[in-house]
Amino acid sequence: MNGPKLLSLKEAIDRFVPDGSSVVMGSAQETLIPFAAGHEIIRQRKRNLTLIGPISDILFDQMIGAGCARKIRCAWVGNVITGSGYNFRRAVESGQLEMEDHSNLTLSMALRAGALGVPFLPTYTARGSGLFQTNPSLKDVICPFTGQILTAVAAIQPDVAIVHVQRADEHGNAHMWGNAGITREACLAAGRVLVTCEEIVSPDVIASDPNRVITPGFRVCAVVHAPWGAHPSPVPGYYNRDHQAFLDYRDQSLTPEAFAGWQSGWVDRVRYSSEYMALLGEERIAQLSIKSRALSAPADFGY
Amino acid sequence: MMPDYTPAELMVAAAAHEIADGEVVFVGMRLPLLGFQLAKSTHAPDAIGVYELGIIREKPAPEPILTMGDLPNLYKAQWLSDTADIMGMLQRGLVDVSFIGGAQVDRFGNLNTTYIGRPEKTKTRLPGSGGACDLASLAKRHIIIMNHEKRRFVPRVDYITSPGYGDGPGWRQAVGLPRGGPSAVITTLGVLRFHPQTCEMVLASVHPGIAPDQVQANTGWPLKISPDLVETPEPRAEELSAMRKFDPGGFWTGD
Repeated sequence: MNGPKLLSLKEAIDRFVPDGSSVVMGSAQETLIPFAAGHEIIRQRKRNLTLIGPISDILFDQMIGAGCARKIRCAWVGNVITGSGYNFRRAVESGQLEMEDHSNLTLSMALRAGALGVPFLPTYTARGSGLFQTNPSLKDVICPFTGQILTAVAAIQPDVAIVHVQRADEHGNAHMWGNAGITREACLAAGRVLVTCEEIVSPDVIASDPNRVITPGFRVCAVVHAPWGAHPSPVPGYYNRDHQAFLDYRDQSLTPEAFAGWQSGWVDRVRYSSEYMALLGEERIAQLSIKSRALSAPADFGY
Repeated sequence: MMPDYTPAELMVAAAAHEIADGEVVFVGMRLPLLGFQLAKSTHAPDAIGVYELGIIREKPAPEPILTMGDLPNLYKAQWLSDTADIMGMLQRGLVDVSFIGGAQVDRFGNLNTTYIGRPEKTKTRLPGSGGACDLASLAKRHIIIMNHEKRRFVPRVDYITSPGYGDGPGWRQAVGLPRGGPSAVITTLGVLRFHPQTCEMVLASVHPGIAPDQVQANTGWPLKISPDLVETPEPRAEELSAMRKFDPGGFWTGD
């Protein structure tokens, strides 16, 4: 078995996300977004990152506003229930970001190609679209069997995938459930995987259900215990989406000054999960918690 | 007399009416979330809902949702899976209809949700495609939902995020798109469809109280009007009560 990989969030980000890294985050889409890890990246003033993700909801807007990003390889950046991401808008409109415009399918294909170790994968999507103008990773390709013209999507192999999951053991074996988005290909394509989780459990719990393991544990470089680490996005089995936080963030990011206030209050003055939870407050935590449990039937892996 | 429904409720009902029973529906963000829930609980109980983050549902979510990732939308799903599997079903032609929102549309139904102005010197950067480009490229048909304003209905979009009929007949096939195209544009003023020969947008229906001139005044090119122009049906009482059950706070459908 691998040795223990349990690290503090601070140490994990410090060691495994150096300046200039390419990082895939928010791979499950609206659920399980690793906000705690993103906020630690902001606190450590990481610079020149390439951010890779399908939608990322407001996480990438926050990291862009804090000056962490140089390049964006995404399908969508904004606030899912309100629309625009204002830091993203300001940064693109002032020419500060290198853009590579994907669709959800082309990004999935890029990471799947990376996961499979091939230089590209073909798809029918985006034919005739503007994505070809603003994404050098898309080219025409002729199918050698049918002669049809398709879109070739170049492989992406990020330096690191950061995923938030429900539970993991200290060796890097992790259970994730719910919708997976592009998480499986993101983890397999990345050079290494950094896991943040709601709970640390014993290896027996994870080994009891290998089908629920999101990626092979031997490729995980660090495990971080980060309860409420996906807030305000939802975590199946742990807490619901905090819509009010996304509505508040719209106003808190309208101007650079407002965003500086948000960053100071919600990121820079917070050091640990416990401090973040205290900031949320007991009432809000109770309100967002799971109200009625719905456990799956156990599966028998005996022989 | 003021109607007893909001403009958004009329649009959601119009969106729901585009779904036939038994169809596989790729449900997009915002109003379509509600349109699908409404269709499922009224005239299309056997429609299947497909969501890009990796969810397939045969029952509406049991509680109100604001995003497709809200936990009630995962509860007792038919399948929880990966984006590539869901998009693969779309790509191989298993999805009948999809819904997307837009910021800027042109007379051939090309949609822009990425760059206003030239990409290299953009005036306004919008969020981007998400799955919209894929839905417009690969579904058997797709439906666009947006505000009807002159600055949004332009002769030619600045950037094609989601392909419609390009520059007219034959374009989709020529660029290598396997099927599909927009079948309707549901707006704050009416419903527009596409001429089968010219692929150009045609005003097919005006919402109650809206005159065709008003639609033309908010459209940036000389708009063709269908000889069979009708009035958009008002939402029925049972549709309004279903919508209000799924959006009790009026987040999507309030004034």
